Amino acid sequence: MALERITELLKLMEQHDLTELELTEKDFSIRLVKGTGKHASGPATVVVSGGAHPGPGAAAAGQAGDAGAVEPGGETLDEGLTEITSPIVGTFYRAASPDTDPFVDVGSHVDADSTICIIEAMKVMNEVKAEVGGVIRKILVENGQPVEFGQPIFLLETSGG
Amino acid sequence: MFSRVLVANRGEIALRVIRTLRRMGIEAVAVYSEADRTSAHVRLADEAICIGPAPSAKSYLSIPAVIAAAEVADVDAIHPGYGFLAENDHFADVCRSCHIEFIGPPVTAMKLVGDKIAARKLAQDAGVPCVPGSDGPIQDQGAAVEIANKIGYPVLIKAAAGGGGKGMRPAHNDRSLLAGLVAASNEAEAAFGSGMVYIEKYIEEPRHVEVQVLVDGEGNAVHLGERDCTVQRRHQKLIEESPSPILDRRLRDEMCRAAVKLLKSAGYVNAGTVEFLVDKNRKYYFMEVNARIQVEHPVTEMVTGVDLVREQVRIAAGERLGMRQRDVRLNGWALEVRINAEDPFNGFAPQPGRVDFYLPPQDPAVRVDSHLYAGYSIPPHYDSMIAKVVVHAKDREGAIVRMLGALDEMIIDGVQTNIPFQKEILSHVRFRSLSYDTSFTESLLATGGR
Repeated sequence: MALERITELLKLMEQHDLTELELTEKDFSIRLVKGTGKHASGPATVVVSGGAHPGPGAAAAGQAGDAGAVEPGGETLDEGLTEITSPIVGTFYRAASPDTDPFVDVGSHVDADSTICIIEAMKVMNEVKAEVGGVIRKILVENGQPVEFGQPIFLLETSGG
Repeated sequence: MFSRVLVANRGEIALRVIRTLRRMGIEAVAVYSEADRTSAHVRLADEAICIGPAPSAKSYLSIPAVIAAAEVADVDAIHPGYGFLAENDHFADVCRSCHIEFIGPPVTAMKLVGDKIAARKLAQDAGVPCVPGSDGPIQDQGAAVEIANKIGYPVLIKAAAGGGGKGMRPAHNDRSLLAGLVAASNEAEAAFGSGMVYIEKYIEEPRHVEVQVLVDGEGNAVHLGERDCTVQRRHQKLIEESPSPILDRRLRDEMCRAAVKLLKSAGYVNAGTVEFLVDKNRKYYFMEVNARIQVEHPVTEMVTGVDLVREQVRIAAGERLGMRQRDVRLNGWALEVRINAEDPFNGFAPQPGRVDFYLPPQDPAVRVDSHLYAGYSIPPHYDSMIAKVVVHAKDREGAIVRMLGALDEMIIDGVQTNIPFQKEILSHVRFRSLSYDTSFTESLLATGGR
């Protein structure tokens, strides 16, 4: 599904003040839901099925579409932030040990090689790297909490793309 | 008894195990890969954890991922289902070292029966007839030729470390033997990590008959009769039934007792199956042990009324077998057909895709084990079996008629399945009249059905 098409659909939603739009065609289907302030992953959630990976497309659509995030009060917009997801299932730790400082805090600058957390699986402490450079804006999991594979753990503002 | 059990599998077997766990009042934890996010077993479980991306090696076969999930979910035990890590003795060992019970046999027994050559020796020591063979791995070509001529051609070269048809080559003379040794060894190396092969006599017109056994931690053992799995294609079973139509009472007794004796001598605990080949002269030979719950276990459940998964869980929890041999009765006839998402008119190529409409048969004597639902997308990363249809009737003829009816009723729209091919087999005069062996489907395909 071409990006222009998604942008068109988002414009359509905006024009007609729709909160939800679902389109099913022969070999794919797409569902667009206008975000409210609570769902902080972007102004529009794009769910595309039929093989397309919704990752970068979705973030871009979110920015390009600008379908209008409804923000009651002064909640922080997570628009433009990159999700860092857990590469394995295990237990999330913010520091190397209970006595040492956390690897990162909100506001920490990281580069691709920076260790941002530890995920423990079967007694093995796996160091997780940021993979991209930027500033940590949000830590989504509490210390000692279990995480699944693919679960978002940090929100990062990338530096210069 | 366990309070939480993780099911380290997917698809229909995960669903089936979770069903029994819930019936026993045990919390079921499912694990899934990203490709199985919408799978039925994920929905039915009390808790579900994503353990990796679609490829099995990074999810269902990943010991760290499965164990991490088990620890995170704080489970008491893991049920491995079949395939994946079910017969991985290292996995069983890791589970138990992490104080998580592995619902299956002890590691020592797994190792013993998992090694084809050691298992053969075990059978011989237990007085169970074996196919004449090399009694050990083939060391060199000279030895191979000598053994093959001693056994008498035709022979079969087999991989010591695995099954499922990989690393197997028939040989009818010295020349094809030498060529086959190289080919089989290479294939075995690639599939199982070991190129070790051994040689057995090639049984003519074989039928595949296996015996289901249960052993508890105290050594009490029962057999639950046999299953006949002769209808296969490329060593993959297609149709299974219980009882076997070619055994008389004496032979059944003998084979079932031999199976129990063999497993007990291996120190085996929990559910296990002993496979035999039966030749045209009704002589039976030990083949191998399957140290897991099997795909075709429902046919045994239908004729005995025993929930095999329940017994597995009970035994693993240290409970004693709840039945004696005399309590086991085989009633009527059960037949199972495996439904695969594949195109029978295109070399049985797997057919992943979206199931638009799904309606299983409504006959109360039909059991369907399946993870299908309307709208489900079959992922391309795993095997193509999407359902098992199992029927029960008074006799074999009744079961065949009932199965044909069930397959007629079954609607799976959106993907090609092997249902037409299965119906052809079931309707065939050779299937009805028992004049077939494991090569049946091949000849059916070769002759175009006649």
